[in-house]
Order: sequence, then C-alpha cells, then structure tokens
Amino acid sequence: MAQIELEGIERIFRLGDSEVHALNDVSLRIKAGEYVAVMGPSGSGKSTLLNLLGLLDRPNSGHYRLEGRDVTTLSADEQAAVRSARIGFVFQSFHLVPRLTAAENVALPLMLAGVPVAERSARVQRALKDFGLESRAHHRPDELSGGQRQRVAIARATIMRPAMLLADEPTGNLDRATGQEVTALLEALNAAGTTLIVVTHDPAMGARARRHLLMEDGAIRQDLRSTPAATPDPS
Amino acid sequence: MSPVDTLRFATRAALGYPQRTALMMLAMSIGVAAVVMLTALGDGARRFVVEEFAALGANLLIVLPGRNETGGVNPGSFVSSTPRDLTTDDAASLLRLPQVKRVAPLAMGSAEISFGGRLREVMVLGTSADYVDIRGFGVARGQFLPREDFRRASAVAVIGETIRAELFGNQNAIGRMIRLGDRRLRVIGVMGPAGRGLGMNSDELVLVPVATAQAMFDTNSLFRIMIETRDRESLLPAQREVEKLLGARRQGELDFTVITQDAVLGTFDRILGALTLGVAGIAAISLAVAGILVMNVMLVAVTQRTGEIGLLKALGASSRAIRLAFLAEAALLSLAGALAGFVLGHAGAWAIRLAFPTLPAWPPDWAVSAALGTALTTGLLFGVMPARRAAALDPVQALTKR
Repeated sequence: MAQIELEGIERIFRLGDSEVHALNDVSLRIKAGEYVAVMGPSGSGKSTLLNLLGLLDRPNSGHYRLEGRDVTTLSADEQAAVRSARIGFVFQSFHLVPRLTAAENVALPLMLAGVPVAERSARVQRALKDFGLESRAHHRPDELSGGQRQRVAIARATIMRPAMLLADEPTGNLDRATGQEVTALLEALNAAGTTLIVVTHDPAMGARARRHLLMEDGAIRQDLRSTPAATPDPS
Repeated sequence: MSPVDTLRFATRAALGYPQRTALMMLAMSIGVAAVVMLTALGDGARRFVVEEFAALGANLLIVLPGRNETGGVNPGSFVSSTPRDLTTDDAASLLRLPQVKRVAPLAMGSAEISFGGRLREVMVLGTSADYVDIRGFGVARGQFLPREDFRRASAVAVIGETIRAELFGNQNAIGRMIRLGDRRLRVIGVMGPAGRGLGMNSDELVLVPVATAQAMFDTNSLFRIMIETRDRESLLPAQREVEKLLGARRQGELDFTVITQDAVLGTFDRILGALTLGVAGIAAISLAVAGILVMNVMLVAVTQRTGEIGLLKALGASSRAIRLAFLAEAALLSLAGALAGFVLGHAGAWAIRLAFPTLPAWPPDWAVSAALGTALTTGLLFGVMPARRAAALDPVQALTKR
C-alpha cells in the first residue's frame, strides 16, 4: 500500500466568471520514504498539489488516501490532527512567528499538540542541537540569517516526527551555499525514512531527487524515476 | 493546547505588539476612566446636596394647613368646605406625643419695623423657643425667644443680622425697644450668620413669639407647624401619630397635610440622580467610542496575523485552539485596559476630592461595574469576532493572505 494515493483529484478556482483548473484529474501514488521533486512552470499547479497533499486545501472532487485512510472527507479539526501528527511543512518564506524565539518557534507544534512542558523542552533542545542552532535558541527570527531561519523552520517541521515532509521552494529565499546546506539537511531526513516532497524551480535541486513529477496546466506530464543521486555533497 | 500554554501564548502575543497593546489599553482606560470620573462628579453633587439636607435636620415633619390630595367624599366635606386653621393649641397638643422631641408653630406676615427714625418692611416670623434648635440656626448675641406657653404674647423680638446692621449700625441692639407694626418690642437677641435653609434667610427675619405675631396680624391660624422627632426611626410612626391626633382634634377631618423632610429630599435626590445618569450617558458615549477603537485595533491586529493563524493551522492547531488563544489575548488586553481605566478614574475622582474637599466625589458602584462590564464585553467581542472568522478560513487561504 502506498503512503499517498491520489485518485482523480480536481481543484478549481473561481476568479470572477472564469474557472481555473489548478489541478485536472491528477492521480498519483507515493510510497513511504520516497524523495519526490515536483517541477514545472509557474501556475502549473505545483503548489496547489502540495497544499492538497498537506491537507491545507480541499479538492473539488477526487479522493486522497493517506496511509490507507480517506482524508478528504475528514472535518477541519480532524485534518488538523492529521497534519499535527503526520505532516511537516517547510515554506519558502519560512513562516516563523516573529515575536517568538527560535526555541519557541520549534516548540509550537508540540505546544499545539499538548505535549507536557518538560518533554517539550527536552525535545526542542535535542532538535536545536541536531540542526546546529543551540547558540541561537533564544534569538528571534529577525536576529537570524536566512539559512538559520530555514533550519529553525525545518526543526519545527520535524519536531513531531512526521511521516512526510512537504517543502515549497525551501531554498527559494536563500543564496546558493545556504540553499545547498538546507537541501542536504532535507535529504538527510529523507535518508532516515521520512517521505520528502519538494516543489522547486531550481533544476539543480530537482535533479537530486529520485523521482521527478513534471507538471503543466494542472496535470502531471512526466513522472520520471532516476537512479539514486550521489551522496549529497556539502560544497 | 493546554490552558497554561494558551495563556502564555496569548501573553506573548499581547506583549509582542507593544504599540497595539498600548493603543488598545489607552482607548479602553480612557473610556472606563471617563465613566468612573464623571459619575463620581455627578454622584458627588447628589451626595453633597443630600448631606446638606441631612445637616438641616433629617427627622423633620412639617404640618401644613389644607388637604394635599384630592380624596373622595367624606363626612367632613359636608360640614365645612374651607380647611380649618392650624392653631397653637394644635401645636401644643403635639408635644404630648412620645415620638415628638420639639415643636415650633410658625405664623408669618410682614410688618414695618422702626427704630430711631429708621423704617423698613420686614418678614415677621412668629414661633417658639425650639425653632432655633429645629433649624439648627445660631444666635450670635443675646438670647433666642424665651421658653413659654405658645399663647403668651411676650413683647420681645430676635432680629436678623442684616436688620440689626440697618437699624442699629454700630450701636448695641440688645435691650433696645423697637416698633414692629403696632407693637413695641424689646430686642433680646441677634441671629447668627444665615443658616442653610430652603428659601428662608434668617438675616432678614424678625422672630417674635407666635402669640405676638398672631395678635399683630390679628389671626388665630398658623402658617406651619414644624416637628422634630426623637430620631429617624420614629419619623414615620410620628407622622401617623400626628395625623391621628390632629385628625381627632378636628372630628376626623383631615384638612391638613403632614410631610416629611424626606419627601423634599427625595425630590432633590431624584433630580440629581437623573443628572448623574445624564453624565453617565455622556461617559457611556466615550466608552462606546473606546469600544469602536478597540474593535478597529483588534480587527487590524487579527488581519495582520491571518498568516500566523494559517501557520498555526498548518502546524496542526484546531479552530478551537486558535479561537481560545485569541479570546485569551483579547481578555488579557481588555482586562488590563479596564483595570488601568479603573485606577485612572479613581485617581481622577481622588483629585476632584482633593480640589473640592466638600464634594464627596465617589463613583457609584453601578457605574463602575457597568463601565468595566462594557469594556470587557466590547474587548472580548471585537477581539474574538475577527479571530473566529480567520480560524474558519481554509489553512491555505489564511497562509497566503497577506
């Protein structure tokens, strides 16, 4: 059984009188632990697909089975619970809460899930250490560099040990060196067994994935599997 | 999300936007402070007047001739059509009632007073020795009217300060003979500076024994009888007893009226209570303006933070958790604002009391609780309403909304 099964997914946006088919009869299966890059021109539906996979958006029709369970029919709060436990997000613009410190940002999902304070701080400490942010724990986002911010965001996305990590242009706001650093971090998480789905414009980053989905006009045009990329080189 | 976390998150959010928090607290505290201060002022004025009245003798009964209210036909109606006069015998009989402490019959008229060639028209008040105590007036020099039978027309007079100055100038007035109407009277006392009395200024009054006044004006009737009861509690029983006694003295015909000082006081109390309410209304407008400001600030705040709400949803927050977080935040902000206003208002009332020591400017409890209640309600309502809407959005809409 695949981790993710999409069947005939349609997503239509209404802009005034006209209807835009952001996703047009998309069917897709992704197994646990896969590394998928979603590529394609702007407006091809990449982000819409990612939002649907992350239960941030609902399809107009079609079925989405996550780990064998049809999640399209769940209520908003049930979907929130699924997101909390199974899905981690990494955004292009980081989406850190500006008034909270790095540690507090990382602790957010634990707090929302109601994890007790003692366990929470232990897990946050470990995560910050794993991502090399120990010295930055009490800095606010505006006191961090772009790379550090994205590492905080990744720490936050993985703190609940989700089964899949969805990244929307994770390196889009970073310079090349930091971008590669972040990519390496994501790939390391994927190597540890987390499904990694990345939406990207960057062909270099896309090339590193083992599976490429090429989207155009709301449909998947190509679904290519390549041999595993070479071990990530941190240059 | 545990309650402690919700509270901590809300506190961080409130402190994280100091400008907005300060603005909201300012609006709220001005609104609340306005209500507290203005009602303190209004209620202070009301209390001032009430206390002045109380100082004048709160356990006072006044008997007026004539009927106060229109009743049905009673046997008396056929016997006489004009009210029978109140007499000094009526007044004397009242002294026998156990609840009655002092009685002063009053007969009034105007007469010409003259001394050493100076003439002037004066109000003459015929009364008895107890009048000075009932009204709380003071005698500056000499003595007040002697304690004697109401029917005894002693040839003495007590004059007001203005009259003394006009007739005698720098001379000593005590012991001099004056002419009042067709009588010669000996001045035995001069009234002290005017007491606070309703419409009656003791400065321009000549006081004589009641029988003297009645003889002078050739009448048997009294203008009024003033009765002081032993204490406040016996006021109402005394009123009933006086009515019964006077009624019995005139064969059951109640052609007189007994009113209490409280009835007069109550009228003033109502008038000034309405004034306080009016002032409170003005203050309520400022509170409403504060509420609208709070609504605006919260609306902008929540709109700015729609992205944050979207993020929280993406991280697995339920709509309920988001609503609670914003409710807690709004509650904290309104509570802080209301408390600040409460303190500010009391400080203002304190300043008023300091500036006008005679004015007991204390805000009434109802106004304080109404102000706090309104502030909290508007704060909560306008804090939560936009948050509810944001929490109901699809996460992707909230996330991408800027």
